[in-house]
Amino acid sequence: MKILVLVKQVPDTATKIRLNPGDTAIQTDGIKWVINPYDEFAIEECLRLKEKAGGEVVVLSLGPSRVEEAIRQALAMGADRAIHVMTDAVIDSQVAARALAKVAQEEGYDLIVTGKQAVDDDQAQVGALVAVELGLPQVTVVIELNVDVESRRIRAERELEGASEIVELPMPAVITAQRGLNEPRYPTLPNIMKAKKKEVKSVPLDSLGVDTTPWVRVEELTLPPERPAAKILTGEPEEAAKELARLLHEEAKVI
Amino acid sequence: MASGILVVINQEGGRVRRVGFEMLSLAQKLAPGQVTALTFGDGAEQSKDSLGQYGADQVVFLSGSAYHHYSSDGFADAVVKVVEGVDPESLFFPATAWGKDLAPRVAGLLGAGLASDCTEVYRRDDGRLGAVRPIYAGKAFARVAIDSPRQVYSIRPNIQPVAETQRAAAVLAIDPGLDASQFQARVVAVKESQGEQLELTEADIIVSGGRGVKAPENFKVLEDLASALGAAMGSSRPVADEGWVPHSYHIGQTGKVVSPTVYFAVGISGAIQHLAGISGSKYIVAINSDPDAPIFKAANYGIVGDLFKVVPALAEEVRHIKQDA
Repeated sequence: MKILVLVKQVPDTATKIRLNPGDTAIQTDGIKWVINPYDEFAIEECLRLKEKAGGEVVVLSLGPSRVEEAIRQALAMGADRAIHVMTDAVIDSQVAARALAKVAQEEGYDLIVTGKQAVDDDQAQVGALVAVELGLPQVTVVIELNVDVESRRIRAERELEGASEIVELPMPAVITAQRGLNEPRYPTLPNIMKAKKKEVKSVPLDSLGVDTTPWVRVEELTLPPERPAAKILTGEPEEAAKELARLLHEEAKVI
Repeated sequence: MASGILVVINQEGGRVRRVGFEMLSLAQKLAPGQVTALTFGDGAEQSKDSLGQYGADQVVFLSGSAYHHYSSDGFADAVVKVVEGVDPESLFFPATAWGKDLAPRVAGLLGAGLASDCTEVYRRDDGRLGAVRPIYAGKAFARVAIDSPRQVYSIRPNIQPVAETQRAAAVLAIDPGLDASQFQARVVAVKESQGEQLELTEADIIVSGGRGVKAPENFKVLEDLASALGAAMGSSRPVADEGWVPHSYHIGQTGKVVSPTVYFAVGISGAIQHLAGISGSKYIVAINSDPDAPIFKAANYGIVGDLFKVVPALAEEVRHIKQDA
């Protein structure tokens, strides 16, 4: 089974966002870059599928040269090789999906897996858009995945609000991973060493022949408004609780 | 020329989630008299009155056997057919698990740009729509423009006000001519979660616990406060990772992003990822024994003290207030 896993490099979630006035992108100096956490669940699931059914896990990533660090990490987790679509351009989800779908088409696949969303732009679009580009069915926000290699059928459980649903679909398909699907492994030292020698093919975005004009354009970024300083209550718990309830009832008028 | 807004809404047995009404109210404000609601499935017709009440000028019901069970590819194809019939300028989807599955698929098929999880959609000076959406789970906000001829927005629940309009929606008959046998991904079963759990992303009040709660069984103390307040329960990441509470409780940058009126952070220190996930809350109340916990910097009200004494006292006080009301 040949599985493609789409991996995005994002700022670590501990990053404090810094902006200059008029910025349409965040300040990136000093940022620690990591694999998108949801893509880690995707990678792990691909590795488990490969361990069961055999085959190959190929990482597809898109972005500037720094992305190779995330790719090497995915390879250290156990992926076999990678394709890096190189670009420094500002793009949107649709451009990314077109490019990744083009590479996928050239590469061939039985299954395409990625995270349910990237924790930087939070658009949650690329998985579904790649599916549309390739004419594939999709199941998103998956917390349990069963692939029957024999019948080429997938049975997946996806998370809803306060519920979940079971979706059945044929292969090939696009799956997007949610927390709870698995516990991603840590790369071992020998695997980190091995990953350095694995193949990473670099493909310039412009060479793919896809339209790279983004539809969605960021005009302005702002930080959330500061909250006024908190009213902090100390003293006896009963008294503080009483005063808090009074404030919420009479001042904030929310209970 | 394309005009108006097509609002794509999920309903169950005629019952529409509040976000459906929020979207209709917003659409009616932005495109008065030009709002079409589209709903699917059994009982769709029963939602006609409520859809009109909150701003639908016309409604399309896709309630044949093909729409009995959700299919991302099937429903997306159907929406595209409806778009061909209605020719809207823009489409709204709810930014729920359902809407976020369907919206990008529809946007891809239409070749239209999509802004996900918008907290604001407004009419720009040039007559087009623009939107504001959180990024980095709310650590920043992006004002975005969509340059495609048609535009798609998914709307975050619990942000937009609802406005009743008392209009009687006209029924628009459109048959996409699709058959369920053409659908590939199909929902075969729905598993409801145990009990009457309130959904975090739609909750008005949330009581959330962290490591300070010390043990899974101690969440009972928070549950009692939540029940006094009629609140939903949430948690920080570490306690969900430990398995003290289900993953669905986890609020933060890699969990749920919430926007309640009041958020109670109990025994939560306030890691930056958690603060991002709660930044949309109107009021944040922190209860923590550590006066230096970062959560107090993000809070409107705080109590420095032992949560096992404060929370029960607070629950009792809330019950008093509710009794007197």
